[in-house]
Amino acid sequence: METLTGFFTSPMMVELMWTVAQIFAVIVPLLIAVAYLTLAERRVIGLMQLRKGPNVVGPFGLLQPFADALKLLSKETILPSGASKAVFVIAPMLTFVLSLVAWAVIPFGEGMVIADVNVGILYLFAISSLGVYGVIMAGWASNSKYPFLGAMRSAAQMISYEVSLGLVIITVIMAAGSLNLTDIVMAQKDMWFFIPLFPMFVIFFISTLAETNRAPFDLPEGESELVAGYFVEYSSMSFALFFLGEYANMILMSGMTTTLFLGGWLPPFDWPILYLIPGPVWFALKVALVLFVFLWVRATTPRYRYDQLMRLGWKIFLPFTLIFVVLTGGVLLGFGLLPQ
Amino acid sequence: MSSLIAAARSFLLLEILKGMGLTLKYLFKPKATLNYPYEKGFISPRFRGEHALRRYPNGEERCIACKLCEAICPAQAITIEAEPRPDGSRRTTRYDIDMTKCIYCGFCQEACPVDAIVEGPNFEFAAETRDELYYDKEKLLSNGDRWETEIARNLAADARYR
Repeated sequence: METLTGFFTSPMMVELMWTVAQIFAVIVPLLIAVAYLTLAERRVIGLMQLRKGPNVVGPFGLLQPFADALKLLSKETILPSGASKAVFVIAPMLTFVLSLVAWAVIPFGEGMVIADVNVGILYLFAISSLGVYGVIMAGWASNSKYPFLGAMRSAAQMISYEVSLGLVIITVIMAAGSLNLTDIVMAQKDMWFFIPLFPMFVIFFISTLAETNRAPFDLPEGESELVAGYFVEYSSMSFALFFLGEYANMILMSGMTTTLFLGGWLPPFDWPILYLIPGPVWFALKVALVLFVFLWVRATTPRYRYDQLMRLGWKIFLPFTLIFVVLTGGVLLGFGLLPQ
Repeated sequence: MSSLIAAARSFLLLEILKGMGLTLKYLFKPKATLNYPYEKGFISPRFRGEHALRRYPNGEERCIACKLCEAICPAQAITIEAEPRPDGSRRTTRYDIDMTKCIYCGFCQEACPVDAIVEGPNFEFAAETRDELYYDKEKLLSNGDRWETEIARNLAADARYR
């Protein structure tokens, strides 16, 4: 007994439990946010198409996500006989886990971050790039042509847009002078980066649309020709994991946009009264705003053709961001604005 | 110069922004959707919904077993058997409609010389089994009793166009 209490009160154990508590404090609201993002998407797009959207289950349809989740859980999990079983099962888990672990470095407020890594942005970029693996694995393991084609498209698209995403991040790093996300947010204290780096902000946002396979870049799931893309063969909970992963990725990308360009947890003006509202609330508000634009764009734009998508990524975004990297560097150096 | 303007336009994403402005405007427009189970659309007096067999005000059933509806039914959904009653009048002993075969064309209603078989305004008769959709005479007559006011009103409203 003595040794057991000693074990649980040992400094290492206390720290571990504290970390686990922190993780839960992030993951649980995140999953609820994912659930309500699906509802918000259906409502917002419905309203923009002069429909009402789901409004029957619970007040204003607020229980709809739970009804959907229950429905998915009660479905049968199908393992196609031709599939590579292990990879087929791992792929949705990988997608889901990757969309969650990235939140470790995102700061929600002053010092409110699970892991204050000093190369946080590299970690974030690396994790979001790993997302391709879940897609490729799912498409390959399904051993069926539509998922495979969908996975190929998705992978090609995600890799293409990661290039410009990376270059945009470089300009932000130059302007902030740090790879630590908390420092990047603090560097925006006087002016959020979306003002001086406005073109980069737009390109970053469009690239995140492509990165998360959202309209108008949702070719991977082009339902008219590919049924649903890389997760055609998935059902029940494994499908739900992909679905949750996709929406969690959207929230993650919005979080990234918020952190890099919209001043993270900082209030819009540097007035003392605005600091009464806690940082996480500002952060959540900004993320919600970016997510609304995600949905708004989906309700507005038709799907790109594949060659148009590649042209935009490689022939417009890549050179444009490259030029802007040089330009930003030149301006910062020339006017002696480089952060120390 | 015009190509320069076109390039500037596409770089400033003008058209996308215009489109997004439009969708934003639509976000606040009144919605076209009816809140269906609580709110229903207008139904014409000629609406051809669930079938019903009507009665005269004195409670006598109208159907005289002429079998015109059975003969005209293009889906052959109606089955009628008849024999004279003790009082000498000709009545059906069986009047079945297979609602899963019925195409709701309304010919039975048109053919009926005594306005006995009609298609009422009810369209919410979905069932969980097929068996519930094989209507017999009893079911049809009870439909008639249930919907008589609406059916009579609709027939009166449509009478001058017939």
